[in-house]
Amino acid sequence: MAGQSSSTESQVQLRQLRPSFSSHFKEFFVRHLQVFFYSLGLLSRTPFSTLLTAAALGIALALPAGLYVILDHAKQLSGDFDSINQMSLFMKQDISTQAIDRLQKKLNAWPEIAQVKHIDRAAALKEFQENSGFGDALKALKDNPLPHLLIVYPSLTHNEAEQINHLLADLKKLPEVNLVQLDIQWLQRLYAIIHIAQRGIFIIGALLALAVLLIIGNTIRLAIENRRSEIVVMKLIGATDSFIRRPFLYTGFWYGLFGSLIAILLVNLSLLMISNPLAHLSSLYNNSELFSLGLMGINTSLTLLVSSCVLGWLGARMAVGRHLKEIEPK
Amino acid sequence: MILFDQVSKRYPGGNEALSHVNFHLHQGEMAFLTGHSGAGKSTLLKLIALIERATTGNVIIGGKNLHKVSRHTLPYLRRNMGIIFQDYQLLYDRTVFDNVALPLIISGFSSREVKKRVHAALDKVGLLRHEKKYPVTLSGGEQQRVSIARAVVNKPALLLADEPTGNLDPDLSLEIMDLFMAFNQVGVTVLIATHDIPLINQLDKRIVHLEHGQLLTVEED
Ligand SMILES: Nc1ncnc2c1ncn2[C@@H]1O[C@H](COP(=O)(O)OP(=O)(O)OP(=O)(O)O)[C@@H](O)[C@H]1O
Ligand SMILES: [Mg+2]
Repeated sequence: MAGQSSSTESQVQLRQLRPSFSSHFKEFFVRHLQVFFYSLGLLSRTPFSTLLTAAALGIALALPAGLYVILDHAKQLSGDFDSINQMSLFMKQDISTQAIDRLQKKLNAWPEIAQVKHIDRAAALKEFQENSGFGDALKALKDNPLPHLLIVYPSLTHNEAEQINHLLADLKKLPEVNLVQLDIQWLQRLYAIIHIAQRGIFIIGALLALAVLLIIGNTIRLAIENRRSEIVVMKLIGATDSFIRRPFLYTGFWYGLFGSLIAILLVNLSLLMISNPLAHLSSLYNNSELFSLGLMGINTSLTLLVSSCVLGWLGARMAVGRHLKEIEPK
Repeated sequence: MILFDQVSKRYPGGNEALSHVNFHLHQGEMAFLTGHSGAGKSTLLKLIALIERATTGNVIIGGKNLHKVSRHTLPYLRRNMGIIFQDYQLLYDRTVFDNVALPLIISGFSSREVKKRVHAALDKVGLLRHEKKYPVTLSGGEQQRVSIARAVVNKPALLLADEPTGNLDPDLSLEIMDLFMAFNQVGVTVLIATHDIPLINQLDKRIVHLEHGQLLTVEED
């Protein structure tokens, strides 16, 4: 037998343990595309459970996405008031008009300040007497109770909240100044609230991203469990880990994609539902556009879509990495 | 092609399934592995296919010591082997065609080549007309032949079979054995575990006998 087969021995030898890179490169995209649609086919075989999982993901994603849309709009809204930053400087009573003029000139030279307006105490009193309806009562006063007032407009290059605060502190230190009032302190408070809300949404987003990872990870784990015998057979006939892993990773990707599409749908539906009441509220401010949110922007939608797909892939990757090693033929 | 050097295998918590086995199967050779139930035939085949690893001793396949084969390179080694399992190991949610095509798809053959080779393999085992059926709708013997077709479709250098004729009638058994002999003719190394002593006595091939994990007969040629 040995003699008989010696002439053919060379024909069948153990092949190279690994295929060459180039021979596989050609097939690479074709095969990925095949698995891409194969995994979609697998999901479509169980449309109901696929939809349930995708809906759970969609809801988890819709919450931070919706909050983000609203917050983003609130930020723009507050941005519109940026330019009206101004400060009122109430002078001490005993400061002379000449001293005020000197101060006005001095402040005008500060780089932080764009313009300083002087409201004369006498002129202010006159206006008040004419317009307030307390004219006669005020005439009875011996002295003018109103102080000189300087209105300071910060320059546009020094418009940040921190710089404003700095300027405010400097102005308070001036000896002539009795009281400094920032007319838009409410804006700073709004900024602070937005800042907190941003953190909040970031935390909610991170937690829900984790939830998405876990949901997908668990779904993939179940899928792996269901296909245990198939995985064993695949390993027995020489499938590499990456070959076995691939359909599961694409499944995770599909879940992420469907989840984000559902989330985008949910957010836009919610926005549509509150658009009417918002329009009504805006009309009360005589500005029909003031509070309109519109729909989710294309950038936000794309960001949500991509990050959800990445999360799906990652969740699947984590599950597969953990569970594939445990399944070995016996 | 296959070299066992003082190989012992002890399953966790069990007795020694193989003890101090020395055994050499040359490239292009064909041999039968016999022995009573529980003698260690399946274990020996599993050591070759790296489904189990030897407790002591060395198993060398095609010059490669299996101790040195990592998890990572293991699949590429298995692609050189056609393995026919005692329990077939078919995928029951896929057609006969898809089952047989699996080794080719794993190795990245084009779909045209896959079709050609699968049809050739199914034709060899006489199942071409069943290609669109699912394995559950086939008889035990037919399922066994599906697993044989899957094992040979990749034209492996080494063919391992665990009771490949266990569910076949004598005529079909002989036909399948002839098929293995034909593969051997073109240089494939073949190792078959079987109980069917009358059948293999008809064939002029080497017989390796296992008893309680020990190799009794080594008819070196
Ligand atoms: N996974 C396992 N865990 C523990 N013991 C095992 C395992 N597999 C096999 N054994 C034991 O190893 C011994 C050899 O088993 P093996 O399956 O190799 O026998 P066999 O010769 O193939 O028998 P059969 O002809 O019945 O298939 C037996 O005693 C069996 O109980
Ligand atoms: Mg056995």
